[in-house]
Formats: sequence, structure tokens, C-alpha cells
Amino acid sequence: MSDRALLVVRAGALTTVQDRGRPGYAHLGVPRSGALDPGTAALVNRLAGNGPDAAVLETTLDGCALRPRSAVTVAVAGAHCPVSVDGRPAAWGAPVAVPAGALLQVGAAVAGVRAYVAVSGGVAVEPVLGSRATDLLSGLGPAPLADGTVLPLGVPAGPPARVDGVPRPRPPAELVLRVVPGPRADWFTAGALRDLATRAYRVSSASNRIGLRTEGPALERARTGELPSEGMVLGAVQVPPDGRPVVFLADHPTTGGYPVIAVVRAADLPAAAQAVPGTPVRFVPVRRR
Amino acid sequence: MRALPVGDDALLVELDSGAQAQALHAELLRRRAEGALAVREIVPAARTVLLDGLADPALWASELTASAVPPAPPRAREAVELPVRYDGPDLAGVAAHWGVSEREAARIHASTEFTVAFCGFAPGFGYLTGLPARYDVPRRATPRTSVPAGAVALAGPYTGVYPRSSPGGWQLIGSTEAVLWDHARVPAALLSPGDRVRFVPVADA
Repeated sequence: MSDRALLVVRAGALTTVQDRGRPGYAHLGVPRSGALDPGTAALVNRLAGNGPDAAVLETTLDGCALRPRSAVTVAVAGAHCPVSVDGRPAAWGAPVAVPAGALLQVGAAVAGVRAYVAVSGGVAVEPVLGSRATDLLSGLGPAPLADGTVLPLGVPAGPPARVDGVPRPRPPAELVLRVVPGPRADWFTAGALRDLATRAYRVSSASNRIGLRTEGPALERARTGELPSEGMVLGAVQVPPDGRPVVFLADHPTTGGYPVIAVVRAADLPAAAQAVPGTPVRFVPVRRR
Repeated sequence: MRALPVGDDALLVELDSGAQAQALHAELLRRRAEGALAVREIVPAARTVLLDGLADPALWASELTASAVPPAPPRAREAVELPVRYDGPDLAGVAAHWGVSEREAARIHASTEFTVAFCGFAPGFGYLTGLPARYDVPRRATPRTSVPAGAVALAGPYTGVYPRSSPGGWQLIGSTEAVLWDHARVPAALLSPGDRVRFVPVADA
């Protein structure tokens, strides 16, 4: 194997390869997938000197540790976490030079959930339908990282970015999700619509890349019966029989049979990637644009 | 036809029947191929077609509901033939539900021309319609934790083939060695919406 490669020393709880995903195949049952926080994935790519399509790593809560076989530039952002190279503290949110064979450690998140790690050249696993993203729902793309995995790296596209500061938004103390009415809002009682807009929900620990699950008052249906399967969009707030809203994220199924009461503005979804279980969630109705 | 807005840039078009949804899907594909419709995803389903990633959903809502959908043109492409053995563990139950012998149940299924109404559940899984409504079957009361890849299955009005091993609650009537999904193949999915499908029984070895 070429020395443009990355040895995974510690995979962490769930670290996946992500890029901008594989839109355009929903009619074949293929989720869009891609980084849950695409803005931060693009930021770390810029910092590491990569183009916007390069694949990065998305960690979950406890980071990961990597040993590149050649000298690389890396950048870490998203969840706030300690970064070190061979035990020495290194910068978060800035290009970091990692010598060949050195150990890059991305520590546990002190705030937020998902850190994004770009490596110069990008993770160069074989694309599937034009994307290197791991899709946890349908199993497309590379498997989640395991200790000992060796990931190929691409050829660096350019020099690392010269920056003196990157935005460091605090992870949300309260996750505010602006919503417009969903296509099946009429399947719910007026009380359910009021509950969604006014009651307190919390991020459930059952949340994942497929959906942000919530705990809170069950939303009451105005009509019973089954909804024939229909196409689902990113940000759809689907209500399963238990009445607790689920916000569809990048790996969501392309069709589904539970009614969609509301749809979250796309601009509000990246914050959902950083909301730890227990974070209060507020659904704020807004007008459709 | 009703056009329901979905978020800020999508439209769910609801039709009276699955056949109408298939016809609208064919018409939308035609318009997209002509360059008249810019959209990221066109997702047909049981009685709807989702248009996701539209610059002006309201414009398309009025445009689509103002005109009748032309009937779907016959597909130029040959029917996809799937070799099948009618050896599924639920064949006897399905035959009993239909009030026929297992052999007759297999004959009914194999003599039907199916259409891929829509895909979902897993990449490459098609919901095939074509059996008359009297052959609808319920899902299993308890889903299986693992259904093998290639299982030919029935639920409600649909026939489907599991592209890979997964949990599932459909009634298994047979098996095929056809590869429904192979991401190294072009196209990766053997079946896509609108395709015609026939099951061709193979003799036992």
C-alpha cells in the first residue's frame, strides 16, 4: 500500500467517512447521506487545503486517534475537543502539521457531539454512486471505522488555508428548530400542532445519523389508519405511532409510511448534529418562504 | 390531484391511484429529460410523487394541478426477467389465503406482469404491482429478524425481492439468484420505477 494512508489506532464510538453525500438516487431507495454538519466539513477541508468534495471523518462524542504514514496537514472542528500530536497539544480549528508516523489524537468532545477531521488529500476510499459517505441506514460506502482500519489518502490539492480564526459556535444549550407545516399536518389534532409549537421536547439518546429522536408529549393523531408510503425529505418531522417526533437527518429512509407533521428548515439541521442527548428542543413554527 | 408543499423547496403530488402516480412519474421524467424541469429528486411512491429540490415549488404546484396527466407511455425497455423458485416458507399460507394450491399460487404469480411502482426500504428494493386486488395478503404478524437476500415476498398489494439480508415482515413465497443491487454495476439497481418485471420459474436442480 502507498504511504498516502492513515492507520486508525482508536476508532472511537462511531467514526464514519463523510462527504457531500449521494443526492439524486432517492428513487432507488438510496439515502442522501453525507456529513450531518456540511458547513463544518467544508471548513475543515478548506483548512487542510482540500477541495469541497474531499471526504473527511465524522466522529461521535469520543473522537478518534490516527497515525498517518506520511506527513499530512489535518484540521479538526465541530465539537470542541482537545487535539494532540504525539502527546503535545495542537490547535483545534486550524491547520496542524502531523509528521509521518506521529499519533494524532482527537479527544472526547467537551461540548457538542461530532468533530470533523480533514486530512490533506482527503480520505480516498472507493466512491459508491459518486460518494465516499458511510450510509448507516442502507450500508453503502465504507463501514464505520474500526481499530486497525487503514484508510487510503488522496493527493493533496493545495496548501493549507492561512487563517487566524474560525467560528467556534457553542453547541446549542437549546436546539431551536424552525418548522413549516408538513404535508400531513392535517393528520394531527389542533392540540398536537399546538403541543409541537409550545411544549418542551428533549433530544433522545436514541438519536443517530438517521434521525434526531425526541422525548416529550406524544402528538395526537386526528385520523387513524395507515399512510401509504410516500417520499421523505431531509428535515421531515415524522411522527411514529408512539407520537414522539423524529427529525430526519442525512441517512433517513427515502420513503416512509408515518405522517410528516412539519419540516425543519435546512439551515437549522447542522445544529442538530451537535445537540447532546437531553438538550431541550423547541420547534418554532415559521412561514413558508 | 393535490400538490402539497413540503418544507421550502419540495412538493408532494398526491394522486387518486398508484397507476396515476406512475403516469405522473413518467411524465415528470420526460419533462426533466427535455430540460423543462430542474429538480434534485423525483421519488414516486404508493400514490404520490415527491419533487425535492425545486427552485419554485408553488409555481410547479399550479402548473401540475392545472393539466391532466397523460397516461404513461409503454416502456420501450424489455421486461426484466427474474428466475424464481417458489420455495418460500410462507407459500403454503399464501396459497391457503388465496384458496388455491401452492402450485396454482406459483402459477398465478409467475403469469403476472409486474411494474416497479416505486423503490425504498433498501437500495434496489422495488415495490412491484400487478397482482389483482383479490390477491392482497397481510404482513406477517411477527416480522422475521432475518430474511435472506433474494427472497421473493408479498405484502398488501405488492411483491418485492430483498436485495440483501435484512429483517422483514413480508410473506416469503420464493427465492431468486438475481442480484438486485450491485454498486459496482451500472446501473447499480436492477429495477427502477416504471420497469416491467416477470418472474420466470426455474426447474429444481
